[in-house]
Amino acid sequence: MKLPDAEKLCESLAAELRPKLTSKTAMIGLYTGGAWLAERLHGLLGLKEPLGLMDIAFYRDDYHAQGLHHDPKRTRIPFDVNGRELLLVDDVLYTGRTVRAAMNELFDYGRPASIALVVLADRGGRQLPIAAQYCGAKLDVPAGMRLSLKREADGRLALVLEAHRAA
Amino acid sequence: MRLAIRNARLIDPATGRDGAGDLYIADGKISAEAGRVDRTIDAKGLVVCPGFVDIAARLREPGFEYKATLESEMEAAVAGGVTSLACPPDTDPPLDEPGLVDMLRRRAKALSRARVYPIGALTVKLEGERLTEMAQLAEAGCVAFSQANAPIADTQVLWRALQYAATFGFRVWLRPEDAWLRKGGVAHDGEVATRLGLPGIPSFAETIALASALELVRATGARVHFCRLSTAGAVGMIRVAKREGLAVTCDVAIHHLHLCELDLGYFDSNCRLDPPLRSQRDRDALARGLEEGVIDCVCSDHTPVDDDGKHLPFAEAEPGATGLELLLPLTLKWGEARKLPLAKSLARITSSAAEVLGVTTGRLAPGAPADVTVFDPNATFRVSPQTLRSQGKHTPFTGYELAGRVRYTIVDGNVVYEG
Amino acid sequence: MQRNPQLNEKGELQHLLSIEGLPREILMQILRTAESFVGVTEREVKKVPLLRGKSVFNLFFEPSTRTRTTFEIAAKRLSADVINLNIAVSSQTKGESLLDTVANLSAMQADIFVVRHASSGAPFLIASHVKPHEHVVNAGDGRHAHPTQGLLDLYTIRHYKQDFSRLTVAIIGDVLHSRVARSLIHGLTTLGTPEVRVIAPQTLLPAGVEALGVKVFHDMREGLRDCDAIVMLRLQSERMKGALLPSAQEYFKNYGLTSEKLALAKSDAIVMHPGPMNRGVEIDSSVADGPHSVILPQVTFGIAVRMAVMSMVAG
Repeated sequence: MKLPDAEKLCESLAAELRPKLTSKTAMIGLYTGGAWLAERLHGLLGLKEPLGLMDIAFYRDDYHAQGLHHDPKRTRIPFDVNGRELLLVDDVLYTGRTVRAAMNELFDYGRPASIALVVLADRGGRQLPIAAQYCGAKLDVPAGMRLSLKREADGRLALVLEAHRAA
Repeated sequence: MRLAIRNARLIDPATGRDGAGDLYIADGKISAEAGRVDRTIDAKGLVVCPGFVDIAARLREPGFEYKATLESEMEAAVAGGVTSLACPPDTDPPLDEPGLVDMLRRRAKALSRARVYPIGALTVKLEGERLTEMAQLAEAGCVAFSQANAPIADTQVLWRALQYAATFGFRVWLRPEDAWLRKGGVAHDGEVATRLGLPGIPSFAETIALASALELVRATGARVHFCRLSTAGAVGMIRVAKREGLAVTCDVAIHHLHLCELDLGYFDSNCRLDPPLRSQRDRDALARGLEEGVIDCVCSDHTPVDDDGKHLPFAEAEPGATGLELLLPLTLKWGEARKLPLAKSLARITSSAAEVLGVTTGRLAPGAPADVTVFDPNATFRVSPQTLRSQGKHTPFTGYELAGRVRYTIVDGNVVYEG
Repeated sequence: MQRNPQLNEKGELQHLLSIEGLPREILMQILRTAESFVGVTEREVKKVPLLRGKSVFNLFFEPSTRTRTTFEIAAKRLSADVINLNIAVSSQTKGESLLDTVANLSAMQADIFVVRHASSGAPFLIASHVKPHEHVVNAGDGRHAHPTQGLLDLYTIRHYKQDFSRLTVAIIGDVLHSRVARSLIHGLTTLGTPEVRVIAPQTLLPAGVEALGVKVFHDMREGLRDCDAIVMLRLQSERMKGALLPSAQEYFKNYGLTSEKLALAKSDAIVMHPGPMNRGVEIDSSVADGPHSVILPQVTFGIAVRMAVMSMVAG
């Protein structure tokens, strides 16, 4: 399966977002791939508000089955979310559960005016009624495969497809 | 009843004899010839030796029947090949009155299992203040006097007690431990207790008390046996005392030959013992001391404790372990580790123990009481609550695979156990 | 040797009973997770839904309002239900055994037991009798361990000093009776602290304490020299009764931390205390409230550390 060039997708997303920016816009990236993408978009768009970074580990819905088995990163939102027009950035949209968790966490910080979801790729397979407002590419990825973003040593972003690791 | 045991490997530690042969028993005594035989036991592949003499086994009567009864523990004794046992006076009430001793002996006799030798209390209620009526207790059947695990804090009382006992030639058994230095302690004062945060009992709680007692033995001429040594220091002191010609003897509990403080693991309350398990160095010195004869004999220090007494945090758990049925296998294990001939290992639970106790059993000479144990030195078993007859199921050796199973136990010429 | 009872067969934290025996990686994972929870505790809404529907039983066989409260706050910030049981004055006095108490509470669907007990090893006993889905967190047992306190001390040191590999840490006072000291010593040595010192008179040091990997000092001035972190231990007044010490005044003179003695440590040294403090016995007020003191941040970090521990064991 041929994957689109992540760098090009970034640029087209930035171009799509640029006309929508207002004085109330702020951006939050979800660890880990979403944070890389958000850092890139944040730079391309030249946003004044510093970037927020979020780890949704404490809001996951599979804690009871999976536990807390990785090191959660510290969520840092360096601005007041109340009344903001938030751009929530993730690398790949799949079941929608991560976005659900992220929205729950966001509302523990305050009441934004709006949240728009920005993703590099939408691979289908949604389990919740969630959709991306800004989407770099729609891809049809088989269920057993994992689509994710990688950051190379030189900082370049790339989409990769790999077989799901056996649990 | 006349008995013939044939095809046996006969071991008589008293004489050092170890060889193939037959053993005859007639009228409760070892006999030189077969005569008319009522029963023949084929002992092919088995060892035939004097019945074991365990100089410390708690039967828990009177007073602690919920932990064990005379019935259960006498069954355990003969299942372990023990034909004579001495029981410490720490019952409830303690054995400080002739009536109690008399009743215990009669109860034990009625069960016709092992011979029971009560050790009388040295002081009333074991409180370390007033002397008991030793002469009357001796008449009732006490073979020695002791404080069990309750040290006499007041050295003047100890001095008087030894003087009084020496006057009549009574034996006194003392477990050397300083009452003040042991106060509050539950484990050997060393690395492990420090790590686990357990209050410690220092080694010198034993050696200081032993030094005082040895001085008092020199002063009074009392016949003193020291119980349950646990430290290398104490072994060294007894070695010197014996060399000096002092008439003292001593013993060690079987678990102290095999275990040390490290076996406490994560607060294993089965290792809550009195005296505590000490360092590896102490354990090795005890094992060597027993081999060299500095330590005269080994005992089980059998102490049945119920679940309620052990399912507690370490410091709150009741000290003690079941041991009657493990005396043989653990003695064999000690002998094997030190590469001793079987006769020499067995001497520590037969002839030498009988000498300490002052009884005529513990040997296979014609005319001696027919207390005999027949065991398979190679048969193994796994220690578990199910394999133990004692009502006390708690031992640090749970799960151990041990060799040495008793097949027949004969007391006074009667087969009292067949396994 | 038995398997470490704190870890499950996958090597993950099942119970927290003692810092001793925990691999370095687990300790670091707890500290890193705690850091994320520090973020949560700084928010307007200081609560995450992680332990929603779970029940945390605070089993305090020995009363301690302060420790119980920090566990309660931590559990509530994880959205767990918290049930406080002050067993010291309930069932134990009616003769119910420790294991009966636990079995009873287990029947009430507990997920985490936070246990404080006066006997060393009590949480190990409980952990060996609970069901597989139940978890035990030791909140202090006898003189043995107080792992969450040790972890929050480690967190505090890491927060101010980052790297353990170049530090000299001094623990001062009643090490003999201190579960805090034992836990911290194990933690510091596991994380590679090159020099851990204990400073106390002989009467307040347990036998063979050097075997824990510490250097012993009896002279406080000598022991404080070039220290990066100083941990003062609480001295209980009953220690004056048992011939361990002659008086609080004499103790303070020799082992109390004053500004003058603190000056011997590094200029950026931090001063810690597990609380509650005895001002004028082990520490002078000018130090306790001074610029080197991180005693209050310790309390804040303590909540995040307990959140991390509970969310790791119950997952």
